[in-house]
Amino acid sequence: MLLIPCPNCGPRDESEFDYGGRAIALPPLEAASDDWHQVLHLSCDTDRRVDEHWYHAGGCECWIRVSRNLFSHEISEVASSIDEAAK
Amino acid sequence: MKYSAVTLLRQALRGQRKWPPIVAPAQLKKNYDVIIIGAGGHGLASAHYLAENHGVKDVLVLDSGWIGGGNTARNTTIVRSDYLLHASFALKNFALQLWASLSQDLNFNLMYSPRGYLDLAHSDGELEHFMLRANAMRLGGAEVSILNRSEIAEREPTIDLDRNARYPSSGALFQPDGGVVRHDAVAWGFARSASARGIHIQQNCPVTGLTVKANRITAVTTPLGEFGANKLLISAAGASASLARMAGIRLPLEMINVQAFVTEPVKPVLDSVVNYNAGLCYISQSDKGELVLGGATDGYLSQARRGGFARIEDTLARALQIFPFLSSLRLMRHWSGSADIPMDGNAIVGATPVDGLFINCGWGYAGFKATPAVGWSMAELLAGDAIPELLQPFALDRFASGDLIDDAGIGPYPWRH
Repeated sequence: MLLIPCPNCGPRDESEFDYGGRAIALPPLEAASDDWHQVLHLSCDTDRRVDEHWYHAGGCECWIRVSRNLFSHEISEVASSIDEAAK
Repeated sequence: MKYSAVTLLRQALRGQRKWPPIVAPAQLKKNYDVIIIGAGGHGLASAHYLAENHGVKDVLVLDSGWIGGGNTARNTTIVRSDYLLHASFALKNFALQLWASLSQDLNFNLMYSPRGYLDLAHSDGELEHFMLRANAMRLGGAEVSILNRSEIAEREPTIDLDRNARYPSSGALFQPDGGVVRHDAVAWGFARSASARGIHIQQNCPVTGLTVKANRITAVTTPLGEFGANKLLISAAGASASLARMAGIRLPLEMINVQAFVTEPVKPVLDSVVNYNAGLCYISQSDKGELVLGGATDGYLSQARRGGFARIEDTLARALQIFPFLSSLRLMRHWSGSADIPMDGNAIVGATPVDGLFINCGWGYAGFKATPAVGWSMAELLAGDAIPELLQPFALDRFASGDLIDDAGIGPYPWRH
């Protein structure tokens, strides 16, 4: 069971969230198909820690960015995706 | 030793003390023709058919744990072939044909029970799609029918068919050859047969490195030393991505957690395997009387091998919607495992860019039913050079070329498959 510390609402149960997958930087639309292949299919990794998007559907209705350990589920960083995009 | 009534009687007279081990301990060699990483159902089936169909016996099967201790023993034992896309259907339907006589072929009771697989639809639109799938299956040679509500009630009287239910059932797809097979017996049956044919099986021996020279696989490194191989098969489910990395190959896989549950045993109440599609829940009753339940994945990336309560609650809520009597039963056991799911939700089986290195992974939570067909075809691939027709669509290079096999039409979001 994940307890996700939403930057807007505080710690909330995973059942309030929708999952958005890894936070990956997409290539430009005109990029070669192999570039898209690399990003869409092979950006997955054997790393223990991932950066990912979660949508707080049952709370502030904002996308947030979470850094989570896939083995222990420990969450080390959270940020609002809007703040991240503005950087 | 051949298992038979006579053997049973003879061993009983000896006080059951003289049974030989199912898998003989092996005196390991330095080099093998074929090394298989992963002593689960798929890896052991590949070994068995290498010896049985092709006479290739210079084979070593390695596992970091014990025989069938991974996902082979963590599924809900269901076998069926109700797939719309031909590639998915053909492999699993071939497996169903093999399951039918596998207990006899292996001389090992796999408790194959073709009790029928009932897939419930909850709207007219969904039922129409089931008809499309049933017709595709018929074209492929499978026996399948569409049941209306009264036929469902006749077949499974315990299903709640109330029209005022939250998700009333509008009909069902029924595959009579679908059913269940005792999963750990599958691993041990293949292991015993492979071992009896001279194949070496080494448990508790993790592979820590792969040696590739001039783009050809040459050896594997383990705590027991290095073993040379002409050909190597990675058949290691959740560990496949990290093993492939040792040979410089990245796989389009993500790791997801899947859970399953068993209730306390009761008298027979459920004949078929039932799949409830308004939210996912699949249920069957074991020979011991326990109800075996499974649901969807936890819905996010995980390698924790332990599940979240949200999915337990969701799966059980679905189970109660279809079988209200379950509310009086308690859960006895619960388990979870890491499923490796590719970007199109379908398996990766075949060759890799490294010569002599082959891969069988990405079965997610749908690999058990395909076990004998994958073993049969993989043995053909390892013994020869050509890629068998059944395996061609599952090639690793389909992701680069865009020739995906996305049964659910979901796209590169493995946690949704």
